[in-house]
Amino acid sequence: MNMTGHHAGHAAGGHHDAGTGTLHDALFILLFLVLIGFYTVAANASKRRFNRWPAMRTICWILGVLAAAAALTGPLAARAHDDFVYHMLGHLLLGMLSPLLIACSAPVTLLLRSLTISSARRMAAWLKTRPVRLLSHPVTASLLNVGGLWVLYYTGLYSAMQHHPVLHVLVHAHMFVAGYLYAAALLCIDPRPHRAGYGFRAGILVLSLAGHGILAKVLFAYPPGDVPIAQAESGAQLMYYGGDAVDLILIFLFCLQWYKSARPGRRHKNASSPAIS
Amino acid sequence: MRTNAPESSLLSARITYASRNLWSGFLAGIGFIAFVDEVVFHQLLHWHHFYDKSTSAVGLVSDGLFHALNWFATIAGMFMVSDLRRRNAIWPKRWWGGMLLGVGGFQLYDGTIQHKWMRIHQIRYVDNIFVYDVVWNVSAAVILIIGIMLIAQTGRLAKRETERDG
Repeated sequence: MNMTGHHAGHAAGGHHDAGTGTLHDALFILLFLVLIGFYTVAANASKRRFNRWPAMRTICWILGVLAAAAALTGPLAARAHDDFVYHMLGHLLLGMLSPLLIACSAPVTLLLRSLTISSARRMAAWLKTRPVRLLSHPVTASLLNVGGLWVLYYTGLYSAMQHHPVLHVLVHAHMFVAGYLYAAALLCIDPRPHRAGYGFRAGILVLSLAGHGILAKVLFAYPPGDVPIAQAESGAQLMYYGGDAVDLILIFLFCLQWYKSARPGRRHKNASSPAIS
Repeated sequence: MRTNAPESSLLSARITYASRNLWSGFLAGIGFIAFVDEVVFHQLLHWHHFYDKSTSAVGLVSDGLFHALNWFATIAGMFMVSDLRRRNAIWPKRWWGGMLLGVGGFQLYDGTIQHKWMRIHQIRYVDNIFVYDVVWNVSAAVILIIGIMLIAQTGRLAKRETERDG
């Protein structure tokens, strides 16, 4: 493992020890295999009670899990501890690309289909509760997602996380969950009780992308914590352009949703469904 | 070869979606010119800088908002073109009016407010920057004016037609 040079103090965390590193990777890989397994079994089972589950969604789930796996295991996870550029690559994969793909795989719909009717009802009721609705609102989700990054880099949390394994886990869990809430709130692929209009969501989308881009330039100008200037500059540019690449997919899917819903001849969503009756 | 009836329905579709034609062109215009700006001036010529030390805080915010809006506009503009096409309502003259309005407006905002007032970055880091600024802003203003003229012309036509029908 590359421990030459800066930040020798980080070894205290224990993550760099080869033995625990392998164990950590093995546990994560097991978790990811279980996640992929559950989803594919549920997708197959839902065929019996409902329409065929789209293969594209299963592909999105698998790619989403793999993107998270790439960030959390192997060389990328190991180097992210002492190199800001690798940390940023991890953020792009775990906080942006993976949640976007997972949101596209419609996990809530699949879960509701897979549960027994009474459990599905209870879950649908839970999804309508005030705290869940608040967390999945586009504004809250954007603040948690992009605001969370500002907090991470400019409150000392980033340095603290490198020394405390529990904080490290919490920060990464937040990164993924907030990223998922954000993508799900903007794309609305899974059903949700109150769906905001396209104009409103487009506004939130632009503002949150701006928040991400501005943060990238601020990181370039003012390195967070004790990150060396060269690493901050390359990491910030990776964040800026890599963020743009993932945002391109997000914006494309958002516009595609609008394009489908604005199809000529399609009735208003509150009108009774014309085709199937 | 069109007969008379589809021709008048084409015109009425254009007029119904006149503002969507304008918006679509406008969004595609700022998206297109932002893309040119990034590829040509930032990446190929290396005239513009990713960040320069004289950038003010308000400049960073403006630049970030502007960039995000452009990225969104590029894709949204294209989807709106597809939508107009499937409705057979695309109105090229009005669309180009919006497009040139977007291109000229972008360049003029970037060249005056962002480069000069907010000092985000300069067009090029040379001594005779004044020449660059003049060429940049005058060409932007010309494009902007052509765009406004096209929009006004098509707007007048739409108004005349709706008055005649109504």
